[in-house]
Amino acid sequence: MIRVVLPQHLRTLAQVSKEVELQVEGSMTLGSVLDALEIQYPMLRGTIRDHITKQRRPFIRFFACGEDWSLESPDIPLPDAVLTGKEPFRIVGAMAGG
Amino acid sequence: MNGIRVLVGTHKGAFILTSDEKREKWDISGPHFAGWEIYHINGSPIDPNRIYASQSNGWFGQVIQRSDDGGKTWQPVGNKFAYDGVPGTHLWYDGTQHPWEFKRVWQLQPSLTDPDTVYAGVEDAAMFRSIDGGKTWNELPGLREAKGNLWQPGAGGMCLHTIILDPSDPQRMFIAISAAGAFRTDDSGQTWRPINKGLNSGSELPDATAEVGHCVHNIAMHPSRPNVLFMQKHWDVMRSDNTGDSWSEVSGNLPSDFGFPIAVHPHEPNTIYVVPIKSDSEHYPPEGKLRVYRSRTGGNEWEALTKGLPQSDCYVNILRSALAVDTYDSCGIYFGTTGGQVYASADSGDSWKPIVRDLPAVLSVEVQTLS
Repeated sequence: MIRVVLPQHLRTLAQVSKEVELQVEGSMTLGSVLDALEIQYPMLRGTIRDHITKQRRPFIRFFACGEDWSLESPDIPLPDAVLTGKEPFRIVGAMAGG
Repeated sequence: MNGIRVLVGTHKGAFILTSDEKREKWDISGPHFAGWEIYHINGSPIDPNRIYASQSNGWFGQVIQRSDDGGKTWQPVGNKFAYDGVPGTHLWYDGTQHPWEFKRVWQLQPSLTDPDTVYAGVEDAAMFRSIDGGKTWNELPGLREAKGNLWQPGAGGMCLHTIILDPSDPQRMFIAISAAGAFRTDDSGQTWRPINKGLNSGSELPDATAEVGHCVHNIAMHPSRPNVLFMQKHWDVMRSDNTGDSWSEVSGNLPSDFGFPIAVHPHEPNTIYVVPIKSDSEHYPPEGKLRVYRSRTGGNEWEALTKGLPQSDCYVNILRSALAVDTYDSCGIYFGTTGGQVYASADSGDSWKPIVRDLPAVLSVEVQTLS
């Protein structure tokens, strides 16, 4: 079970109150976690990464275990602490504005 | 429900304003989709409880919302706007070519006959259609073949912001793009032709009368007279009496012929409304006086409508989609400002009152007359 923390606007869109829990089959990489998230919450498709290219949207960042995963390959496995549910995978709206 | 429903899109959410035919007391619902930009929210003409909303922001991109109960509840529908094939490039501000990139939906225009069919005008400019209530979208790529490589963004982006469906001919549609111009299809969107003959953009284009590239801000049509179109261009108010084949200027005695929206009276096809703005760099009313101008002669002769509107120190803008009319016998006119006011007139513009004063900046106003 993987825990994912969404930014407030996406929690509202997905109609969830706090973090979400995902069952991910097979390899648990950054990309497969996002795939599972979009399957469970299809209204989030296109809001985190591009529909077609699967590129991360420019103002979205990924954090895990105090590290910035935004620029990592989608094929890289997430840290063990995230895979075991000890730590959440965090999807964050980039700091921007005044 | 009987009465009036005003659909307001703002920079930070949507608001729904409702009243009865007197249009004196209003209920305000919202913000819906709080914190998101709502470029347009619009209802189906034949199923008024079916409402579509374009919800977007810079972080999370585009979402389309649909309500089937008049805006009480909403569900996100499809948001995949993929250009057909390789979209290529268009002109950029500096004259270089720039790749076509989807940014947002500016306009949602539900079909006149089918509540599940809806058209979307997007930035970078293209036309999409859904025939399943917004679940899936397909581009009408023939539009970009109308010299799309010569289109360029206006200050607000290269947006398809106006879609007009011809009630007398289901195969005919008119659209407008900043800064490309106006276009018409006579075959349900398969092929399009520029309809910009008579426009003059000498301040913005090297060729003042080019076939495309004009910054058209808005177009309006009366449903009983679909061959007559009215246009608010970047500068100039224009009129066509031949479905856009040619245009002539009708700015007449306006204090400024720059502006964004234009609208037609619901029962008087020759009565039109504009809101003059000082200039393309000073986006506020001339002399700080908020005035709607009405022409009962289809242009050229204009009268200022000022009763109830601020006549000093007013420096708001009225954006291209933020002026609308209802269809009551005593016609209602509505407009929203970048200062967050929504003004209403229940007497064809003779007098005005604010429905609400302190919304976020208003991007769009649409009106549903319910019976």
